[in-house]
Amino acid sequence: MDCCTRRSFMKGGALALFALAGPPRFLARAAFAQGSTTARPKILIAIFQRGAVDGLSMIVPHGDPDYYAVRGNIAIARPAPGAADATLDLNGFFGLHPSLAPLRPIWDDRRLAIVHACGSPDTTRSHFDAQDYMESGTPGLKSTPDGWLARGLAGMPAREPASPFRAVSLGPALPRILRGEVGAVAMNSVADFDVKDGAAMAGAGAGARKGFESLYEQGVRDLLYGTGRETFEAVKMLKAAAPQRIAPANGAVYPRGRFGESLRQIAQLIKADVGLEIAFADVGGWDTHAGQGNERGQLAVRLKEFAEGLAALDRDLGPRMSDVVVLTMSEFGRTVRENGNRGTDHGHGTAMLALGGPVKGGRVYGRWPGLTRDQLFDGRDLAVTTDFRSLFTEVAVRHLGAPVAPLFPGFSAPIAAWPGVLA
Amino acid sequence: MRRVLRGASLILVGMIGVACSSASARTAAPPPASPAGIPSALRLPASPLGPDQVILHALNRLGYGPRPGDVERVRRMGLAAYIERQLHPGGIPDPAVEQALASYPVLAQSAAALYRDYPPLGPQVQQRLASGEMSRQEIMETYPAERRPAVINGQMQAARITRAIASDRQLEEVMVDFWFNHFNVYGQKGAVRWMLPAYEREAIRPHALGRFRDLVLATARHPAMLFYLDNWLSTRADFVVPGGANAGRRMGLNENYARELMELHTLGVDGGYTQQDVVEVARCFTGWTIDRPQQGGGFIFRPAAHDRGAKRVLGQVIPAGGGQQDGEHVIDILVRHEATAHFIATKLARRFVSDDPPAALVERTAATFRRTAGDIRATLETIVTSPEFWSAEAYRAKIKTPLEVVASAVRALDGRLVADPVGGGGIALAREVGKLGAPLYEAQPPTGYPDRAEAWVNTGALLGRMNFALGLAQNRVRGARVDVAWFLTNTDRTQPAQVLDRLLAVVLHGEASARTRAVLAGQLESPEITRTTTYDRVAKDTDVEKLAALVLGSPEFQRR
Repeated sequence: MDCCTRRSFMKGGALALFALAGPPRFLARAAFAQGSTTARPKILIAIFQRGAVDGLSMIVPHGDPDYYAVRGNIAIARPAPGAADATLDLNGFFGLHPSLAPLRPIWDDRRLAIVHACGSPDTTRSHFDAQDYMESGTPGLKSTPDGWLARGLAGMPAREPASPFRAVSLGPALPRILRGEVGAVAMNSVADFDVKDGAAMAGAGAGARKGFESLYEQGVRDLLYGTGRETFEAVKMLKAAAPQRIAPANGAVYPRGRFGESLRQIAQLIKADVGLEIAFADVGGWDTHAGQGNERGQLAVRLKEFAEGLAALDRDLGPRMSDVVVLTMSEFGRTVRENGNRGTDHGHGTAMLALGGPVKGGRVYGRWPGLTRDQLFDGRDLAVTTDFRSLFTEVAVRHLGAPVAPLFPGFSAPIAAWPGVLA
Repeated sequence: MRRVLRGASLILVGMIGVACSSASARTAAPPPASPAGIPSALRLPASPLGPDQVILHALNRLGYGPRPGDVERVRRMGLAAYIERQLHPGGIPDPAVEQALASYPVLAQSAAALYRDYPPLGPQVQQRLASGEMSRQEIMETYPAERRPAVINGQMQAARITRAIASDRQLEEVMVDFWFNHFNVYGQKGAVRWMLPAYEREAIRPHALGRFRDLVLATARHPAMLFYLDNWLSTRADFVVPGGANAGRRMGLNENYARELMELHTLGVDGGYTQQDVVEVARCFTGWTIDRPQQGGGFIFRPAAHDRGAKRVLGQVIPAGGGQQDGEHVIDILVRHEATAHFIATKLARRFVSDDPPAALVERTAATFRRTAGDIRATLETIVTSPEFWSAEAYRAKIKTPLEVVASAVRALDGRLVADPVGGGGIALAREVGKLGAPLYEAQPPTGYPDRAEAWVNTGALLGRMNFALGLAQNRVRGARVDVAWFLTNTDRTQPAQVLDRLLAVVLHGEASARTRAVLAGQLESPEITRTTTYDRVAKDTDVEKLAALVLGSPEFQRR
């Protein structure tokens, strides 16, 4: 393949060229990395619930005596045998929102773990800042140029053969979490990831693709040219692998909409063995200030799509899930007490999920801080008892083999402080 | 549907008019203007850029890029006079655009009229859908396409791209885009759908170059913002709904608008407010609500829902016993705040100069904002008369946003918007903007779309831009027609080098790097670019469309 001959060329030592034009970043890394491996990669799929999900409705503390008092209209009903519209009890204290029923078998299978009261040490209630901090991995520090997943990937051992698809984000933009020195691919759609030249008859697009490729091949090492070079390496590799032809397996049915589509395509990339190690997708609609609903309603609809998507991914990947961890995150939680509009305002701690073969599931991790007024953060929000960086460190280090140091500068969690969600 | 189609053909006529007028500007002899052009009071600083570069820079930054002939037009008029006119758009006649926009009747309609003409699914229909009695498809079939609420957003999107491409009030369009994004509302959230045209028409457009306080007040009072950020539901803590369907329901405070008003609209996230300020500001705005939101009603202040207690906002006491003026008082505090001047100056400088604008420029811009009590035109004048704006560092330093890519490409090729079965060429073109990652009126978070390069440069987005370039140049993008061959009048198509020179002159105005020129020249040897066809008598022909697409998809064209 084209990319491999170029890589060998780079290995031949073309340092001078690197400064001027430079190969795509992923090739440069492969060429200069110390040691590499060909074993099947471990894969992390990170899911961002943008807009701040209400952790108390998603993972319901039905055993907390204060929960039903502060949530008069929007509480999720106590578990009741045989009741469809009620909390699905997990351990006598916590339960799943009924819309998360598709995740129940995965919990029973001990491949789903929950970390509750998880969040940021920074107290901002700004969506934008809090998302930024969770992606840069440096709460309170805005000047950090890169994202923590990009830093993690940069420190991970190189793999053979080199691939532009080590990190992929599904969606129109490359998220902050994957921006950094190591390139990452952003794509809206696997099937559309090519130059489409309508005029060419046979070998459609080849001419225009070559033309564009040469336009971006050399030039100053800036964002535009660097990205352009990565793009064409990725296009060529994807053409050979043709992941779009891979249909969902095991009867998996993804929910309609962007989130389900993203997960379906992540599964295709995994099954096509394009070298994927980190995948990212996001899902919005969690900012429920008014009329968030309880067992049914606005939030229930979002949670249903969320759970159906994750469950379909799990089913689709089947045995491949032994190499996969799905990690969900959200910038903060929501006020413990419902507001004047049967909704919730911006809060602090929330719940995050880890799902997959390597996960020590069937457990809710983290210390529960309680819901009485004096136990709440600022007298209003669920306190954070697990720093998100502890959870993310554990997943990146134990699962992906990333080095600890660059992940979260200025933060060190002793292994004893990791939640312990991974075996 | 028939009505929509008729509207579409109107556009066709209107846009041909636009194309013709610019075409004649290209070919006609220069008007007898004095060499110095029209006198202007605006004093532009010296610039290291060349005489054509400064004009290109102005057309790229104060508008959606040059059309063929624009550089010459500005040169004749004088650059300062051109900018001064753009700063006073009321004096620029725009008949062709006005005519084209007649195809989009929602633009002029009230929310109430839109509810009537494009009604939401009734409760019975929704119930039949929920119960499974009717499938979604059955409902779509019973509901005629031209009466669906989606028409509203479609026409709004179409109007926005039409204006960006064809309006002569280019700076005003840029500022409408800027302020809408700044005071973003999400067109798909509930009742906002029907309020959207009025929001842009009443709250944003009239103030685009006006006073900042008017913008804040107009958005604060507008049903679209009240609904989007939930303030219409926010009441004093112990309020009980006295009558109506929700009689007896306990209401209370909602912080959503109060927070975004400070974080995103005025002070900025580091503007020095606290969580307590958020609560106090929310209390001040209790009772600011919508009269019958599901029927298109307007702003109303409901005294019974207002928290009449004393509040303390950013250290200033707002005494007890107030009413609607409490919110206005907050707006006064916020728009005069030092942090607001700095925040707005930074965002404007980022839009017009560079992603990380020089601190000194931001400071001078903020000073003008303060001195003029938020006069947007004066603030912009400080930016466009600054040496930083005209510096070599700022030249082509911005990466185009999706709207800018689509609008500037159509303008560069002098494209016409054409009728489309969906209803007006703008709708199809707006879809292209969406495909590049920024669907118009559909930014869900209150932050709007970002204005920095890294938000728009990634593998998928670059491919999208190249594919758009190919589609546009090969006339595969519905909604726009380009006539690449037109440029080649007086150019010999059998001489590929001549064709390339002409394309680079028309589209990139000579701003192609040596590398790009060399690569494109190399492409001329490729059989796909230079081909022999049985139809041509001549030995060789040049695939001008593909060559044009390569130029539009080049790194140079992604910058402005």
